[in-house]
Amino acid sequence: MILGQQLLLGLLIGGLYGLAAAGLSLIFGVMRVLNVAHGELIMLGGYGAFWLAALLGVDPFASLVLVIPGSLLLGAVLYTGLFGFVVRAHEETRVKNSLLIGFGLALALQALAVRLWTADERSIPTSYSGATISVGPLTIPLVRLATLALALVLIGALQLLLSRWRWGKAIRATAEDWQAALLTGIDIRRAYLLAFALGTALAGAAGTLVTVAYSVSPSIGLEWTLKALIVVVLAGLGSMMGTFVGGLVLGLAEAASAATFGGPYREIVGLVIFVVVLAVRPRGLFGR
Amino acid sequence: MLEIRGLRAGYGDVPALSGVSLTVREGEIVALLGPNGAGKSTLLNCVAGLVRPWAGTIVWDGRDLKAAAAHLVIEHGVALVPEGRRLFGGMSVQENLELGAFAPRAWPKRRAALERVYALFPVLAERRRVAVQALSGGQQQMVAVGRALMASPRLLMLDEPSLGLAPRLVAAILEALVAINRDGVAVFLVEQNVPAALSLAHRGYLLEGGRIAGEGSGTDLMANEHVRRAYLGPLAVRR
Repeated sequence: MILGQQLLLGLLIGGLYGLAAAGLSLIFGVMRVLNVAHGELIMLGGYGAFWLAALLGVDPFASLVLVIPGSLLLGAVLYTGLFGFVVRAHEETRVKNSLLIGFGLALALQALAVRLWTADERSIPTSYSGATISVGPLTIPLVRLATLALALVLIGALQLLLSRWRWGKAIRATAEDWQAALLTGIDIRRAYLLAFALGTALAGAAGTLVTVAYSVSPSIGLEWTLKALIVVVLAGLGSMMGTFVGGLVLGLAEAASAATFGGPYREIVGLVIFVVVLAVRPRGLFGR
Repeated sequence: MLEIRGLRAGYGDVPALSGVSLTVREGEIVALLGPNGAGKSTLLNCVAGLVRPWAGTIVWDGRDLKAAAAHLVIEHGVALVPEGRRLFGGMSVQENLELGAFAPRAWPKRRAALERVYALFPVLAERRRVAVQALSGGQQQMVAVGRALMASPRLLMLDEPSLGLAPRLVAAILEALVAINRDGVAVFLVEQNVPAALSLAHRGYLLEGGRIAGEGSGTDLMANEHVRRAYLGPLAVRR
């Protein structure tokens, strides 16, 4: 049953892959801007929770109540100060320009994190950190189970926001056809701002959950950007629940390949999925 | 009243409109005719704010539309049904229509507007939960017209609404335009189907090579030798 246990752990981290990817997918889908600093925003969310726990003794799960609005605000600031200039450019030049800004931002945030929190790995120990429940032969770490459940809740909340809220509909309309959106009276700049802020909020929440279930260090950003990118390609644009499922698939695939071929192959399977999906089904499993 | 004076616009260095002047009065149906590439779509897109003119004025009800941000044009009462419909394909009929009422002034009245559109196109009411990409071309065009009507515009501009539709559906769309006009909405229509357009228009303009090449009442243009030869074929058979 070692394989079963490994697959279970893969599934549990897969929920966080899905959450990390949802923010990236939202921003790319609406703005056609690839934010390669997405992983660094996850890292910042993690340190936010770490600080709240270390300095103020806030429970890491409760800290989401502060980290999410904080990240929302950070996203609005980053859009206004940096990424808002990219969307003024012609669509074809957007991705290129956003890559330059993203890489610059990633380096700056990494340096800032080393300065503020040193290069050491940090985690948030709690009284319930080691708690598990047993289901048959499987041992489920409670904290990781909670992160999976919260990831699902957050993505569900986002889905609800996009389908019910007036501006949520505007965000979806802008993603489908920004010119038609303008014709219906949607201020697409505001839709971009909201999408970027929401995507950053999801990154911050993902970072908090990563830090409570695993750990955070200034250099985790690139790895999370890559995982999120693989999931976005795998799931395709347009469905947040699809993105979540895509994250679970990547988590399971990583666990399966690590179990079959050995630990070093864990990181390779994602890249294989990336290439295969691009070759066979470029719009992704659930993409439109 | 829409008053366009000396409008010049283009893409890159290539001019599409070289000094166009025309007017659409309150309650009128005006057709804009011309061959492909004459600049008809560019003209509508300039009014809607999607294309920034190089020079000239676009005045709607005393307001300079040229200076207005694109998303505010609908708030001022001017709606465009764009070429190719440009619907939000993944969303339902009702969601598409509701987005048509996104402008702040229209949003609180969207329920009533929705009922008016469903009364105009009853088939849309039956299919309100269906994703628009699953609809036929004719029904999609109805959604496109309906979406533009949701903000209760006083000027409705349409870019080739009959493109790719069967004759029976073209007639249905044009009938709807007459009904919309009867409610006091001015209609500014770009159309390739010249006989159909002139049969319902009060007046028409000919746009050729980015300039106005002629204007007159629907019947005048219909009788015009140049129009007959250029747009109705040598035998002037009705399409």
